[in-house]
Amino acid sequence: MANQIGARDGRLVGFSWSPPKPGAFMITAFADPFDALFNLQRSLEARTGSEWLQNQTASQGPFPPINVFAQGDEILAIVELPGVDKNDLQIQAKENTIRISGKKVANYPAGSVHRRERVSGEFDRTLSLPVQLDPDSIKAEFRDGVLALFLPRAEQEKPRTIKIS
Amino acid sequence: MAEREQLQVQKKREHEKREETTIPARVFVPTADIYETQDALTVILEMPGVEKENVDVRVEEGVLHVEGRLDLAKYQGLQPLHIEYNVGHYARSFQLSSKKIDQGKIGAALKDGVLSLTLPKVEEAKPRTINVK
Repeated sequence: MANQIGARDGRLVGFSWSPPKPGAFMITAFADPFDALFNLQRSLEARTGSEWLQNQTASQGPFPPINVFAQGDEILAIVELPGVDKNDLQIQAKENTIRISGKKVANYPAGSVHRRERVSGEFDRTLSLPVQLDPDSIKAEFRDGVLALFLPRAEQEKPRTIKIS
Repeated sequence: MAEREQLQVQKKREHEKREETTIPARVFVPTADIYETQDALTVILEMPGVEKENVDVRVEEGVLHVEGRLDLAKYQGLQPLHIEYNVGHYARSFQLSSKKIDQGKIGAALKDGVLSLTLPKVEEAKPRTINVK
């Protein structure tokens, strides 16, 4: 199941983040838009349940689902929050943790209900990344029910080129 | 282990009528709420990430078709590190119970990734209260 979220096993696998290398799995533009979607879905699938977070997702609930990407030096977290009002969403950042909390409301007016599939209620999730962040330069964007968190890495985390004297 | 098994209601599997697509990419079914009032049928669909311009709603032969296409350009140049959900276009169809919907007056609004469709009933289909004199 692609969407399965939950407690992962406690294995700790040494995995450090490194900038994208040539040949790394990166989503690129394709000439054919149909191929593009298929390739995007496949590349996401390949990373499903990865060990990158090293079981650090200490969450109080699996909602909302989070995807984490590397974009150059930055880390980009994309969170699906359909039906959540911007004013009902709180984001806190500290060192290497991001906390996303809020509430999702689904209103039902008087009348007969035919289907009720959407979930609603409060949520609180903490995401711990295996890298140090620069909390002051985090940017958050919420559009069409999708939260994008631009998480720049702390200055000391960035890779440096060492000159050979 | 004296754990008693609770009787569970078996979920009925719905017959999938939709034709297979020629593209191997997966299309997702948006979660929906549907409720009916005296004047209208309201259909609410969750399609996170879909922009207003990429929503297509139509009624054909009594079937409501809703499609939402995702803008893939946003994913260009990203390297997946940790993935919990997959993305794709959305599509879902509903057989409307009767032809009592006023097709010319269907309203649609998209907010925070949630599409709300209002399908007003035609005058004759509305329940009437008859006053007794």
